[in-house]
Amino acid sequence: MAAPCVSCCRGLSYRLFLGLRVNFAQTQGYWQTLPVDAQTAPESQRAIAYLFPSGLFEKRARPIMKHPEQIFPKQRAIQWGEDGRPFHFLFYTGKQSYYSLMHDTYGKLLQLEKHNDPFPQKTESMNLIGSRWLIKEELEEMLVEKLSDQDYMQFIRLLEKLLTLQYGPAEEEFIQRFRRSVTIQSQKQLIEPLQYDEQGMAFSTSEGRRKSARAEAVVYERGSGKIRVNGIDYLQYFPITQDREQLMFPFHYLDRLGKHDVICTVSGGGRSAQAGAIRLAMAKALCSFITEDEVEWMRQGMHPAGLLTSDPRVRERKKPGQEGARRKFTWKKR
Amino acid sequence: MAPFASVLPRLLCAGVRPSFLHKAAPGPALQSRRTLGRAPAPEVSEPEDRDDLQSKLLELPLQQPDFFNIKELFSMKTLFDARVHLGHKAGCRHRFMEPYIFGCRLDQDIIDLEQTVRHLQLALNFTAHVAYRKGIILFVSRNRQFTHLIENTARDCGEYAHTRYFKGGLLTNAPLLFGPTVRLPDLIIFLHTLNNVFEPHVAVRDAAKMNIPTVGIVDTNCNPCLITYPVPGNDDSPPAVHLFCRLFQITINRAKEKRRQMEALYRLQGPQGAEGSGTGDTSSRADSSCSS
Repeated sequence: MAAPCVSCCRGLSYRLFLGLRVNFAQTQGYWQTLPVDAQTAPESQRAIAYLFPSGLFEKRARPIMKHPEQIFPKQRAIQWGEDGRPFHFLFYTGKQSYYSLMHDTYGKLLQLEKHNDPFPQKTESMNLIGSRWLIKEELEEMLVEKLSDQDYMQFIRLLEKLLTLQYGPAEEEFIQRFRRSVTIQSQKQLIEPLQYDEQGMAFSTSEGRRKSARAEAVVYERGSGKIRVNGIDYLQYFPITQDREQLMFPFHYLDRLGKHDVICTVSGGGRSAQAGAIRLAMAKALCSFITEDEVEWMRQGMHPAGLLTSDPRVRERKKPGQEGARRKFTWKKR
Repeated sequence: MAPFASVLPRLLCAGVRPSFLHKAAPGPALQSRRTLGRAPAPEVSEPEDRDDLQSKLLELPLQQPDFFNIKELFSMKTLFDARVHLGHKAGCRHRFMEPYIFGCRLDQDIIDLEQTVRHLQLALNFTAHVAYRKGIILFVSRNRQFTHLIENTARDCGEYAHTRYFKGGLLTNAPLLFGPTVRLPDLIIFLHTLNNVFEPHVAVRDAAKMNIPTVGIVDTNCNPCLITYPVPGNDDSPPAVHLFCRLFQITINRAKEKRRQMEALYRLQGPQGAEGSGTGDTSSRADSSCSS
């Protein structure tokens, strides 16, 4: 049965309200229900009270409809005037908004290249940390045009090139139109508060894991870059250079190589796993000494994982019917 | 007049009646000849005198050989200074460009600038007439070095440009791609006839199919066959391309300005009625304005 429209209901309830007897058998169209008489009136009242708790006449309970712009997708109006001449000068290319956007961006690029010096100093723009480029669907929606993947990549490449030059506030505003903030990305990681030991030196502790190795690192604020692992100097504990490089990496990324002292304990795993675990622990401990932006930067640094994500890779189990996790038994033809 | 004959149906479709045809009432017969996808010219119910003025407006430029004074825009010296005479190496030479080549120096072809001057004057004159009659002009090129420049030129003229990837049925299947009542360009100007793989641009062939006249700058490795007004010249050096863009921009702006002046003139004439003295004055005034 179709849902009753408001006007019909109004009539029905009004009649019910007045207690009049209505004979629906004669009405055509909407209602083919039971006739309402004095015996069924209270039941109908209860039904209405159940279905429309705020009554039938409450203004605030009226159905709210979305704005038509949200329902109907944006379409293009007719692109040319009465005399047949198109309005946009790039109309005959087919994708006028996209190509005019490319034209404008390239124009800005040329202008910047002309006015700026040929060898600019590298200026870091931290405003890109919490944002990402528009995705293709968002760009299509913005331009009301279909794009191909190559078109989209070309546009993003142009914007990246624009970023490498020194730009002013006007260009920055232009670029921000194509960036979207990524709020959920920064998982609210608890930053350890600094603790102070007897000499008044600030230090911070945290843990790290890799495969089956567990490490706990204590990073001191001031120091000369000495690292002690399980009471042994790191040079003796990790004779392999690769492991020592892993330990060095978080400091190297933040340009704090010789500034912190570290004392850590580690157990389990193998040589490389222990190195990775200590590295993660040190990176997490360092978070308390650095600014929020730098924390974000660390998280994005060294993709795909970043410095603050624990490596989820563990040893894959061996399956029956196979020699190892992936290796199959030697196949013999006969 | 041979190239003009091929563009006649197109101009007639646009509602223009050149003087030398002397047709009485070509309207309804020509409507049926229109190709698909061409929007009919705006059918305004004009009284007799308006029609008369309109035909005078359109016929007057055709009565003089150089109504828009194209000859003063450039000389052979300007072409030489802009390095228009430099062609490609002799190995790249196209067979049909041989009549336009002056000679070969150290294995590089030199284009005959006397022929270039003549062809360029014809081409610019034709562009000016098309712009005067409010035709749609499309600049086409596929050389990525000059994309920005050509799009800027087109925008400053108030015309259109297509320096991007050319989609398959753009001209031949326009009603499907754009809409049923789209108007195609009335003139296509090729600043580079070849595309990025050194093959003839698809638009050359498509324009010939759709009876759209073309003006094209043909280098020594290009095929001048299907182009209505070829202009042999260099299309690779920046000074040459800048010069051509500037020339086209000046001609189109001049032609549009002339049209506005003529319309203003005839609008002043209109309320006074079609007086004989009035028409005499306009012709003298037009002569003085175009000679200035």
